[in-house]
Amino acid sequence: MADSAESLLETPLGALHRELGGRMVPFAGYAMPVQYPLGILGEHLHCRAAAGLFDVSHMGQAELVGENAAAALEALTPADVAGLKPMRQRYALLTTEAGGIFDDFMVANFGNRLFLVVNASRKHDDFARIEAALPAGVKLNRLPDRALLALQGPGAAAAIAPLAPALVAMKFMDVAEVTIAGVPCFVSRSGYTGEDGYEISVPAEQAESLARALLALPGVAPVGLGARDSLRLEAGLCLYGNDIDETTSPVEAALTWSIGKRRRMEWNFPGAERVREDLANGTQRLRVGIRPEGRQPARGHTPVHVPGGAAIGEITSGGFGPSLGGPMAMGYVARAHATDDTPLELMVRGKPLAARVAAMPFVANRYAR
Amino acid sequence: MSDLKFSKDHEWVAMDGDVATIGITDHAQQALGDVVFVELPELGRVVAAGEACAVVESVKAASDVYAPISGRVVEVNSALGDNPGSINSDPAGAGWFFKLELSAPAELAELMDDAGYHRFVEESA
Repeated sequence: MADSAESLLETPLGALHRELGGRMVPFAGYAMPVQYPLGILGEHLHCRAAAGLFDVSHMGQAELVGENAAAALEALTPADVAGLKPMRQRYALLTTEAGGIFDDFMVANFGNRLFLVVNASRKHDDFARIEAALPAGVKLNRLPDRALLALQGPGAAAAIAPLAPALVAMKFMDVAEVTIAGVPCFVSRSGYTGEDGYEISVPAEQAESLARALLALPGVAPVGLGARDSLRLEAGLCLYGNDIDETTSPVEAALTWSIGKRRRMEWNFPGAERVREDLANGTQRLRVGIRPEGRQPARGHTPVHVPGGAAIGEITSGGFGPSLGGPMAMGYVARAHATDDTPLELMVRGKPLAARVAAMPFVANRYAR
Repeated sequence: MSDLKFSKDHEWVAMDGDVATIGITDHAQQALGDVVFVELPELGRVVAAGEACAVVESVKAASDVYAPISGRVVEVNSALGDNPGSINSDPAGAGWFFKLELSAPAELAELMDDAGYHRFVEESA
């Protein structure tokens, strides 16, 4: 992975991040702002109280065109793509033949095409995998010349309404083609914070002017990757590479809900045998939420034990929840210990830290349903 | 506070007799971001210069704090348990970490003075 300053890629907002005082760090090969002068804690709380603007242009965007695009994508994902109604979006997984998770992504049906947003760290692999599986007549168009902005928070809809009134009528997971401040955009009412808000795909050359227009709205502040991570963890959302990867099955990861009902009768997606087996007999381990007692956070890779006993799992993401006001984590534990309130012991730097299995999200979602 | 000494690990040392008060620098707290938890050394623990003996947890990550000089822990700032944010708001005052009774005072000569530390920070930026 690129980590020297010379070899890092820039998003179309690189200059704006620096002007805003963003502290740039390497992330998935890009120079990205981990925080602005407000700081991770302040940015996190601001997003939950008003609205935050995130640059997520490092993520991969592409469109899938052709009459059988949905069927072609279903050859790679257990999601119900064919049943996705026009102008709706869905969370989906790319699965491996062995039943692991190749990536998680969003797919939207824009009527004449499917629009995909995939993880930055996986985009080249994802697009190669999709392209290799496409039948004649279906084409993947990568969209490297588009930026992606996320406006998230309880104040997002009211703030952006004067620029684009059509956005207000959208519901959670609706998509639309909307002109915002004169810029034609692909918009979804979704995000990665647990809050109401929008993800806005915009031509790269107009990204900075749109970002400036959004930052000028009342209550909108820039938010970096640091708060993006604490917000998504409070919302109980997975981070690919931490919480899910090619070694975790969709059932273990508690993402069975992303598998279409019809697909669970057809069993015609990569890794279907593993998923079928997992659903029939249960998995050895399950992804759960974990709350340490007290204030001490437990980070990723912290071993999880039965109190005073054997190791039964590992934390995959952990930190401090600014809105929760305490530490929080998610990870995998043996299925017998996966029920809410089960006492656990986390071995932090060799010392046991009392914790319990806890329901997620840690902070209630506030989507515009 | 021109009599403070500084380590390359961004700790400060203030001497009072043969007892040193130790904390992290303003530069260090800015780099760490908002501190949410601190693990302090046990009273009486004997530490060597350069030994990790405290942990500071920000929202983002856990970082070690090193003993800038050798000695025995004679006091810790237990007020940080309820108010770890004072490490950000007052790193050279209320945000102190622990006090050491020095076992090798000659090591103080290895530390940087104020001007030297500022040069060190600029050069490593």
